[in-house]
Amino acid sequence: MSTVKYSNEHEWIRVEGDIGTIGITQYAQEQLGDVVFVELPQAGRKVAKGEACAVVESVKAASDIYAPVSGEVTEANAALGDAPGDVNAEPTGRGWFFKLRLADKSELDGLMDEAAYAGFVKALA
Amino acid sequence: MRYLPLTETDRRDMLHAIGARSVDELFKDVPACARLSSKIAGLPDHQGELEVERAFQAYAAKNLSPASVPFFVGAGAYRHHVPSTVDYVIQRGEFLTSYTPYQPEITQGTLQYLFEFQTQVTLLAGMEVANASMYDGSTAASEAVLMANRITRRHKALLSGGLHPQYRRVIETTARWEGFSAASGKADPLGLEDLIARVDKDTSCVVVQNPSFFGHVRDFSRLADACHAAGALLIVVVTEVVSLGLLKPPGEMGADIVVCEGQSIGNGLGFGGPYVGLFATREKYLRQMPGRLVGETVDAEGKRGFVLTLSTREQHIRREKATSNICTNAGLCALAFTVHLTLLGEAGFRRLAELNHAKACELAERVAAVPGVSLLNDSFFNEFTVRLAKPAAAVVEALASKRILAGVPVSRLIPDDPEVDNLLLLAVTETATEHGMAPLVAALKEVL
Amino acid sequence: MVQSFDRSQGRVGVAAAAAPASEATFTGNRGLQIEEPLIFELGQSGRCGVDLPEPPKVKDRLNGLRRTGEIGLPGLSEPQVVQHYTRLSQKNYAIDMGVYSLGSCTMKHNPRLNEKVARLPGIGDLHPLQPVSTVQGALEVIDSLAHWLKTLTGMPAVAMSPAAGAHGEMCGMMAVAAALEAKGERGQRKVVLAPESAHGTNPATAAALGFTVKPIPANERGRVDLLALKAALGPANGSEVAAIMLTNPNTCGLFENDIIEIAQAVHAAGAYFYCDGANFNAIVGRVRPGDLGVDCMHINLHKTFSTPHGGGGPGAGPVVLSAALASHAPYPWIVRDGEGWRIAEEGREIAGTPIGRLKAFHGQMGMFTRALAYIMSHGADGLRQASADAVLSANYVMASLKDVMSPAFDGPCMHEALFDDSFLKDTGVSTLDFAKAMIDEGYHPMTMYFPLVVHGALLIEPTESQAKEDLDLFIAALRSLAERAKGGQSADAFKAAPRFAPRRRLDETLAARKPVLRWRPSNRPPEDDPLKQAAE
Repeated sequence: MSTVKYSNEHEWIRVEGDIGTIGITQYAQEQLGDVVFVELPQAGRKVAKGEACAVVESVKAASDIYAPVSGEVTEANAALGDAPGDVNAEPTGRGWFFKLRLADKSELDGLMDEAAYAGFVKALA
Repeated sequence: MRYLPLTETDRRDMLHAIGARSVDELFKDVPACARLSSKIAGLPDHQGELEVERAFQAYAAKNLSPASVPFFVGAGAYRHHVPSTVDYVIQRGEFLTSYTPYQPEITQGTLQYLFEFQTQVTLLAGMEVANASMYDGSTAASEAVLMANRITRRHKALLSGGLHPQYRRVIETTARWEGFSAASGKADPLGLEDLIARVDKDTSCVVVQNPSFFGHVRDFSRLADACHAAGALLIVVVTEVVSLGLLKPPGEMGADIVVCEGQSIGNGLGFGGPYVGLFATREKYLRQMPGRLVGETVDAEGKRGFVLTLSTREQHIRREKATSNICTNAGLCALAFTVHLTLLGEAGFRRLAELNHAKACELAERVAAVPGVSLLNDSFFNEFTVRLAKPAAAVVEALASKRILAGVPVSRLIPDDPEVDNLLLLAVTETATEHGMAPLVAALKEVL
Repeated sequence: MVQSFDRSQGRVGVAAAAAPASEATFTGNRGLQIEEPLIFELGQSGRCGVDLPEPPKVKDRLNGLRRTGEIGLPGLSEPQVVQHYTRLSQKNYAIDMGVYSLGSCTMKHNPRLNEKVARLPGIGDLHPLQPVSTVQGALEVIDSLAHWLKTLTGMPAVAMSPAAGAHGEMCGMMAVAAALEAKGERGQRKVVLAPESAHGTNPATAAALGFTVKPIPANERGRVDLLALKAALGPANGSEVAAIMLTNPNTCGLFENDIIEIAQAVHAAGAYFYCDGANFNAIVGRVRPGDLGVDCMHINLHKTFSTPHGGGGPGAGPVVLSAALASHAPYPWIVRDGEGWRIAEEGREIAGTPIGRLKAFHGQMGMFTRALAYIMSHGADGLRQASADAVLSANYVMASLKDVMSPAFDGPCMHEALFDDSFLKDTGVSTLDFAKAMIDEGYHPMTMYFPLVVHGALLIEPTESQAKEDLDLFIAALRSLAERAKGGQSADAFKAAPRFAPRRRLDETLAARKPVLRWRPSNRPPEDDPLKQAAE
């Protein structure tokens, strides 16, 4: 059983056990346009909630990705090196960024659920 | 005024269309106390082409043109023959008066020559990627150190005593204000320094020059290995790019970043600028490279074309996180470089280098035979250092009064080291002739 | 190959299909539009475009480091080189061809007299390290230009060596850091204020020097929000501020009418005022930045003083300095010495504490001579008229388009007219599409999507160099495009633009995802070579 939560920086995190998988949302990839490059954190790196730990670039824009929760990176999606377009094609699937072992699951409470995020995006339009 | 097309009638009509009574009204946002009601006093009024040209001829007459005298001045800027085609091409308005190729559909000319330039630079340096040029060699060297600091996440650069003193000052200035350490070796006129022993785990990069400021030619392969073993980068600076026609390229020595002053190819001396910085590196460091890059792609019809690419590294997108604050290259100087190198081609470029070296060998032998002159170099390309029996600055002055431009006294660039007072740098290019060498040798005999 | 995106800034719409077979030519050329391979595809060993004598045989002194193997440079004869680069030149738009409305870049006429004087023997061929006694005329040129720049800006000093505008910014901000250090305040003042509309170089420069950039919002009139600025300079945190970096006229093409109050607030807080002088061309001869309280300002000689843009450089960025910063100007200083001039370099006597050296030698001399020729040609009267004409032309464009396009702000502008994309709302046409359609009309587009504070920005700078008839045609063309866009049904045509340029829209995504940054033998597919095709 997994839960998916969203940050107001347009990242999603899917939690299974104490491992969270992190990526950017459909809305974020639409705003960015064609992703051409993703810089990912190395496994073993400890990141704090809100810390910039990855970069996603389109032709004309570069955005930092902030850790939605604290934890230790366990794996980065190496396939994005050759296929950054996966972020556009399947932002919540093949286009995931990295996984981390959560340091404090209570931090998830500060994030939005799907309905709240949908409302958040709607308010931006 | 010949450059201003609007007539008084035009101006009146335009003001009418705008709904303003006067031009002053358009400046109403300027605080009244700062608005000048008439032209600034004490400055002359406009002049015709003839008058301006005369004024510049008068300035020129107060200088001694290298074209008219024996000439052996180098030290980072070299007098080579530039084919007339080069100046024709760079003065074509489509190149001269175009700007940064922001709209690739109507700037393929600029983009393609920059792509050719990038390729030529990688070939000369023996490296994998090159950017579309930097301001000049000295600023490129400083940017290379910043890049090495980013890659290694270290903050200590080690500068060779064979590095051009002004390049060293530029890096030291950057270090001082941007907050890293740049440790300089003592000036190394004999080319004997050992940098390997000074590389440690905090070193971000070692910056060497080949041929060195004093002219020595060295193989830095072992230094490259030592750098890599310590996790540092090797930056090789080349101030005389013609040397790459004859010498083992820095890429084959294991350099991680190569920067060159490209002035020697296609660009006149111009009293020091504008010149063109060449910047090349390994593919794995591409995203840490400063400066513009041109890449190949296709258009909507599938035809090959070129665009500015990977610009997310740059200031207009990354702002305070950019790899550099640079937003310009040396476009037209890069074009001059590319056209000249294309004219030379493989055979011409190699022959040009051979010619420079052969003439330098000849002069070195003749000068070393003058009493009171000794040659410091075992090895050199087209520039070498001699020790004179007298302070070099005075000798150069004395020869200048005989209308011979006899090289650069090292003390001009290293003023605070009495050990270099008697050292003179002599550069010899393909432009040197018997009519230049003979008077130099004779005058040295006379003065020393 | 049909991809269909193009929703936002700079997105590459690759929408058009290949030309129908009936329009194809054997060579791929279309009249004067000649397809041109790369030099590496033209070269043959055995050809050479220069004739050099056989080098005399000598025992080499290369320390055993002779290059082995080919470099890989192609061999071309002189006529091939001339044809190659002439054909390439014909794929470029240029000031010499017409209205080049690239806002904030000041694409004014580049007089050929500038080129001529820069190449005079005794000026263009001097070595920077010749004895100083043999270059007195060159130093006089630098000093004369310095005098003009100081007088036109009302500032007491100028640093001539920076190689470009951004380099000048670095120089100016280093001088600020040096002044703070001299007062023992460098550790405490770590914040640089910059408006949201600033050029990207401003925050990049400040960050490189270890400052933290604090953005100041714009007000609804496109100017700095004075209240926000005063709050940032107030008692609570004013003592942390090192400087403000402010462009004036600003990047929206507007004069900051609170500028004097801003300068006073900055100085009252103990900070310095860095003015980005990119837009000095709007006010030369009409306003002196020194009268506004500026501490330092770089001047882009290629913008204000017509040195050629050259496909993106070289530039030159002298920095004028106030009395508070003058002593920190970098080496070298050109100093009047009795009847002549000397170059004050490192280790020589100098009446100050320079920040150091920013580049080898003495600055972009070739740009100095060109700028001085332009300035002498205009004179004090002509410079003042040029600014007036630039501002008049921009306001004329603004007034003539305001009913069909959407000006971003009310009131007169300075040298450039800024529009937002609200006139394109619901048309399906973006700022990018509109710009690409201008190419088909024979114009270089305006600056797009800058400044960032305006949605879908279109920034038009006509300069003083265009005749009214040419401006009128340009305006009529833009009106026609705006009306076509608003008429609906034409979005596809806009998205297919440009159709008549040497290339259709280029796939920037492909270029960035798989960077090809140099030629390799595999670069040219055989189907691009008509001769190979014919042989098959």
